[in-house]
Amino acid sequence: MSLTAKDKATVQAFWGKIAGKAEEIGGDALSRMLVVYPQTKTYFSHWDDLSPGSAPVMKHGKTVMDGVGFAVGQINDLTAGLLTLSELHAFQLRIDPANFKLLSHCILVVLAIKFPKEFTPEVHVSMDKFLSALAIALAEKYR
Amino acid sequence: MVEWTDAERAAIQDIFSNLDYEDIGPKALRRCLIVYPWCQRYFGGFGNLYNADAILSNPMVAAHGIVVLHGLDRAMKNMDNIKNTYAELSVLHSEKLHVDPDNFRLLADCLSVVIAGKMGTAFTPEIQAAWQKFLAVVVNALGRQYH
Repeated sequence: MSLTAKDKATVQAFWGKIAGKAEEIGGDALSRMLVVYPQTKTYFSHWDDLSPGSAPVMKHGKTVMDGVGFAVGQINDLTAGLLTLSELHAFQLRIDPANFKLLSHCILVVLAIKFPKEFTPEVHVSMDKFLSALAIALAEKYR
Repeated sequence: MVEWTDAERAAIQDIFSNLDYEDIGPKALRRCLIVYPWCQRYFGGFGNLYNADAILSNPMVAAHGIVVLHGLDRAMKNMDNIKNTYAELSVLHSEKLHVDPDNFRLLADCLSVVIAGKMGTAFTPEIQAAWQKFLAVVVNALGRQYH
């Protein structure tokens, strides 16, 4: 299910509209993930506050969305472009890749909330494919 | 048996009491058929599903979306016995309709996205958690009679 030219154009155009709110989107998505999928909290036992909208959650949400924005720029070769990030996730963070789709789902929910008119079914499918491809590229160095 | 907190029960009842079936049902099914096109395999008799525009304007899809959404009513009314409530529908989807149960999860995800779009920030993380837990129980019940 690789990204077609149309998917790439859709993702880039949509990102152009939402990039300004990347920090909020990331913080909201991460907040939701920690509440909706409590098992994901196991990766953040070093934070003192895991509640929705807390300072460490919002800060990390920005970090994650900056990564997604970076990936948009690497959309023509995600595997090569995300090599360093993949090494980080594989060797240091060692996040079970099953969790990538949980965060992806929460990102899509946040996009539906914040951009109800722009997040059409066509944009949804391209974004879902993009986030899936991103997750695969991120898991590249795991084994 | 699934344990529900008072807050979870309230969240679910609240969503259903404000649910516009004629709006949300069609939107959820259309989105599912567009985002996960392999789901179209079950709708061979629905006419033109050739592209997103065709799906969005297809009256059979819209009508069926309403039917499917009303299918959740029985779970909402029997939250302490969802498993048995869906036994018959599970057999139907398995034996007669031959639907891969993974599709239930895909439709559930699309429904969550559509409801999020409608409710906006009122769809808080806690309400999302309760809603997705509810759908997960329904999805599980619908898949139980497959063998």
